[in-house]
Amino acid sequence: MPLKKIVPYLFAALLACMLQNAHAALTIEITQGVDGALPIAVVPFDTSRVSHKFPVDLAEIVASDLNRSGVLKAMDRDALPASPHYSNQVQYPRWRNAGQDYLVVGRVLETTAGVYTIEFQLLDVLKKKQLLGRSMRAKKRNLRRQAHQISDFIYEQITGTRGAFNTRIAYVRAQKDAARKYVLQVADTDGFNAQNVLESDEPIMSPRWSPDGKSLAYVSFENTRPEIFIQHLATARRTKVSGFRGLNSAPSWSPDGKFLALVLSKDGSPDIYTLNTTTKRLKRLTRHRSIDTEPVWSVDGREIIFTSDRSGAPQLYRISVDGGKPKRITFEGRYNSAANLSPDGNYIAMVHLDRGQYKIAQYERETGNLTVLTDGSQDASPSFSPNGKMLLYASTRGNNGFLFVVSIDGRAKHKLSDQAGDIREPVWGPFESK
Amino acid sequence: MKRHQIIKSWMMAILVAAFISACATTQEEIPTDDGATDQSTTDGSATDGGTDSGADATGLDGSDTGDGTVIVDSTPLTVAEMLEQSEGALANRTIYFEFDSAKLTSESIEILESHGDFIAGNGEVSVRLEGHADERGSREYNIALGDRRAQSVRRVLLFQGASSDQVETVSYGEEQPAVTGHDEESWSKNRRVELIYTVN
Repeated sequence: MPLKKIVPYLFAALLACMLQNAHAALTIEITQGVDGALPIAVVPFDTSRVSHKFPVDLAEIVASDLNRSGVLKAMDRDALPASPHYSNQVQYPRWRNAGQDYLVVGRVLETTAGVYTIEFQLLDVLKKKQLLGRSMRAKKRNLRRQAHQISDFIYEQITGTRGAFNTRIAYVRAQKDAARKYVLQVADTDGFNAQNVLESDEPIMSPRWSPDGKSLAYVSFENTRPEIFIQHLATARRTKVSGFRGLNSAPSWSPDGKFLALVLSKDGSPDIYTLNTTTKRLKRLTRHRSIDTEPVWSVDGREIIFTSDRSGAPQLYRISVDGGKPKRITFEGRYNSAANLSPDGNYIAMVHLDRGQYKIAQYERETGNLTVLTDGSQDASPSFSPNGKMLLYASTRGNNGFLFVVSIDGRAKHKLSDQAGDIREPVWGPFESK
Repeated sequence: MKRHQIIKSWMMAILVAAFISACATTQEEIPTDDGATDQSTTDGSATDGGTDSGADATGLDGSDTGDGTVIVDSTPLTVAEMLEQSEGALANRTIYFEFDSAKLTSESIEILESHGDFIAGNGEVSVRLEGHADERGSREYNIALGDRRAQSVRRVLLFQGASSDQVETVSYGEEQPAVTGHDEESWSKNRRVELIYTVN
C-alpha cells in the first residue's frame, strides 16, 4: 500500500485515540480502514436553540454507525470545511473539493421541556440536491435511539438496504471483582445504553433473542447447574423451560417463535432436541454418542443446522426438524462450530480454526466458498445483523473479551468496547416491528 | 526400616478394608450371591482396589505416631475424615484431559477406580463431577465437551459399583477455568473434571 494511502488511516487511528480519551465510557476503535467506502460528511447538528446543553452528539453517533457499516466512510470532524445546518446554507463546491459524495446537516429544537424535535437532511454533493429530509420527535432518554434511526434512514437511502443500527444487542459480561460476577445485558448496537437483564453469582450463557425481540432465552447456572430460562424483557417475568439432569444448553428459537431447539444430555451424550414452548412437548432429533450442539434453525424452519464431532472433530451438519440422517455441511478445516445463519439463509457464519487460531468465517451455501473475515486468535459467537450486512462477534484479548463488528465483506472492522469486564456471547436482536 | 513400613501399610490396609466392609454391609451381599463371572471380577478388583487405595492412602491416620499399633486403639475415622485426610488416589480429585477429548488415560482410570470403590463402599457419600474445558473454541461446544468429560468419569465410577444416585454430573464448559493463563500450560490445567465429595 503506498504511503499516501496509509496516511488517512493513520490520521483516523490517531483521531480514534483522541476520541477514546474524550469519551471514556465507550470507545470505538477503528481497526481496519476501508477502501472504496462512500465518503459522507456529517456536520454537527445545531443545538444553539436548545435552552440547556444538549445531552448527546447526534452527528457523532450517526458518523460512528455509518463507519461501522463499511459501506460509508464519515469525514473526520476536524476536516469539515464548513458547518451548515440547513440545506440552503450549503456551498456544494466546498464539499465536492473535500472529496465528499454525501452531506448530512441537521438541527435540534426543544418542543417542550425534555421533548425535542430533530430535523436532518441528506444531500447529494455531486447532484447538489436533497435526497432525504426528516423531522422527528424524541424524549431525552430516546435521543441515542433516535440518532440510530437517522443512521438507518441514511443507510437505506444510499444503499437500498434497510439499516440495522436502531436495533439491540444482548451479551454476557463477566466482572471479577463485582458483587455479581455475571450480568446479562441488552444495549444499543454501538454498545451504549446497556441495561441489566439478569445478574448472578453463577455463569450465564447463550442468550438468544425471540423472533419478536421481546424475550431472551438463556442458560443460567443459578441453581449450580445449567438450566434454560426464557425472560420477557419488559416485565422481567421469567420461566425455567428446561432443567433436565445433565446438560441443558444452547437454546435457539424457531422462526415462528413457537419452538426452542436445545441441547440435552439426559439420555447420554449431548443431543439436539426441540421443545414446543406452549405444550412442553419434547422431541429428540439426534441420537449419536458424539457431541451434538449449537442448533440454529433454517429460515423456513424446516431444518436445523448444528455442530457435531461425530467425524472426530467439530463440523457443521444439518438435519430435518422431522429427524432423519444428518448431512455434513463443512469440510474445510478441522474445527467449524457456532453456526449463525444470515437472514436470507444464503450464508453461514461460524467459528473456524485457521492455522491454530479461532476466527470468524463465512460460508456461502451456494458455492461452498469459505471466507475468513476476522484476524483475532480467539474470536467467537458470530451473529448476523438483521439486515445481513454486518456480523457481531466476541474476541478475547488477554484476560478480557470485547465486542467487534465486521462488515460481511470483511473490509470494515470496529471494536465496541466498554472499559470494565469481560464481554462475551453477543447476539444481535431482530428488527423491531415498525 | 523398609520392613517396618511394609508392616505399617499392611496394618493400614487391613484397617481400611475392615472399615470399608463394615460400611458396606448391604452392598456386599449382592455380589457373593450373584456369582456371575463378570461381577466377581469387578468385585475382586474392587476389593483389591480398596486395599490399594488404603495402602496408597496411608495418610489416613495422619497422626504421624510412627507406630502403627496406636491407630488400632483410636476411634475409627468417619467417612468425612477419611476424605479429608486421604492421600494417594483418593486425594487426587482432578482428572485431566487432552484437547477436544473426553478420553481417560489409564492413569486416570486407576485413580477413578479407587474413587469408585470408595463411593461404592460408602453409601452416605455422594460426588459431584464438574466438567470443564479450556477457553479455545466455542463456549457451547465447550460446555458439551465438559459434559462428555464428566460422563466419562461417571461411567468408571458406576462400573466400580457406585450407584447412579451417588454421582451427579455438571458441566461448566470454559466458564470457570482453574488458571487464567492463555497458553498450553494453563489450558492443560483447565481441561479437567473435578470430583467434589459430600457426605450425607
